Amino acid sequence: MSLRGLGTEEIFERAVAGERRALGRVLTFIERAGEDADIITELSHPMGGQAHVVGITGAPGAGKSTLTGQLTRLLPDLGLRPAVLAVDPSSPLTGGAILGDRIRMDDMAGDDVFIRSVATRGHAGGLALSIPGGVRAFDAVGYDPVIIETVGVGQVEVDVVGAADTTVVVVNPGWGDAVQANKAGLMEVADIFVINKADRPGAADSRRDLDLMLDLSHVTGQERSSGYRPPIIMTTATEGTGADELWDAIHAHRGHLASTGELDSRREARHHYEITHRLEQLVSAGIVTALAEDDGAMLVADVAAKRISPSQAARTLAKRLLR
Amino acid sequence: MSEQTSDSNANIRIVLAKLGLDGHDRGIKIVARILRDAGMEVIYLGLRQTTDSIVAAAEEEDADAIGLSMHNAGHLTLAPAMIEALRVADLDIPLIIGGIVPDMDVETLIGAGVTAVLGPGAPAEEVVEAVTKAVADAS
Ligand SMILES: Nc1nc2c(ncn2[C@@H]2O[C@H](COP(=O)(O)OP(=O)(O)O)[C@@H](O)[C@H]2O)c(=O)[nH]1
Ligand SMILES: [Mg+2]
Repeated sequence: MSLRGLGTEEIFERAVAGERRALGRVLTFIERAGEDADIITELSHPMGGQAHVVGITGAPGAGKSTLTGQLTRLLPDLGLRPAVLAVDPSSPLTGGAILGDRIRMDDMAGDDVFIRSVATRGHAGGLALSIPGGVRAFDAVGYDPVIIETVGVGQVEVDVVGAADTTVVVVNPGWGDAVQANKAGLMEVADIFVINKADRPGAADSRRDLDLMLDLSHVTGQERSSGYRPPIIMTTATEGTGADELWDAIHAHRGHLASTGELDSRREARHHYEITHRLEQLVSAGIVTALAEDDGAMLVADVAAKRISPSQAARTLAKRLLR
Repeated sequence: MSEQTSDSNANIRIVLAKLGLDGHDRGIKIVARILRDAGMEVIYLGLRQTTDSIVAAAEEEDADAIGLSMHNAGHLTLAPAMIEALRVADLDIPLIIGGIVPDMDVETLIGAGVTAVLGPGAPAEEVVEAVTKAVADAS
């Protein structure tokens, strides 16, 4: 059925009823932000909370998409309906993007799997809102787990993926990879490590190196606080080897979260993060408006004429904004 | 000028794929880059897709257009098969064909419901223009 002429609520209802195209449009609303996105957020928020949110991150080319593709192949047989948000960077110059993650995932396009490619679209704050929004929509419609694939560079990407229930960090054989991951702040957010491309030389060495890093438990701090030590899974994603073991580890981590109460605290942190970003967005929009109005323009003129300082102007505006 | 183009293309999402057994992907990769550089989001599916996998991707990605590249002389069966799959799915988005299509077949494809046909040497501006126009006319 065509979506022409339907309102936002009707499209959302159709998505909930299982119409793939309607869910595709819902995700577009969320990405574009604005009024439709707010409507979707209000409709979907009360419905969610079931889905296990899994973040998969690592350097470009580590094999995240191939591995995600293997998970989506595995999960329907276990009675699960996985959804994927596959994030790739937009070109900073043109705003365009080539989103190629589906190439590695699409072999098994079935009704039980839903894959959506997401471009970062330049503005970092956008991703921080559109990803939680997309997760919420998938959750409301009944997809579980929801997998977020992002490149592990850039603070927002790391924040977004680190805010998942379970975060999987993918590295490749070679010590350099683990060191890079450490630098990018990925070691702290890892609940599970994957050494992918285990068919390559040096995989066993990498495992030992990673184990060593985990022994210095300050790397994660998790082991000290809750006794949880991130497992290391060896995979060869191109052949599907290790994918079932990875899913077992993801599942076990979820069990750990539930039994320690950490699931709730992670979700609370996620809400905190999202509210912060929404608030920042509202306040920034308010600043732009306030400065454009007559009062704002007068304050700018006062600063130019050295009647008041920039900080005095800002404080005056802040009082108005927060009233 | 190029700024202008990027802005108006900002929200266009297009699915690019090769349908069936056709291992030639040089052209479609070039097209992907041209469209990205024009500010579009290109969802690249790569080789060996089926009409079903393309419909599924177009729905999930909420694509504004589909671009198929053809180099195996199968366009007279593959393009109408894609049109039929879109019709069955009631998916009302433009289909653009690129690759090696003899002049005499272009009219047949347009008659079958293809929105535009681009030759192998089509310059970047023509490629961008064809997609921009197809999307604008469809909405
Ligand atoms: N040898 C080998 N190559 C792999 C493996 N997993 C992925 N690759 C290849 O690595 C490249 C990047 O994979 P991709 O999944 O796109 O990585 P991503 O950028 O992390 O999503 C592709 O050419 C894959 O075929 C593996 O286990 N072994
Ligand atoms: Mg990828």
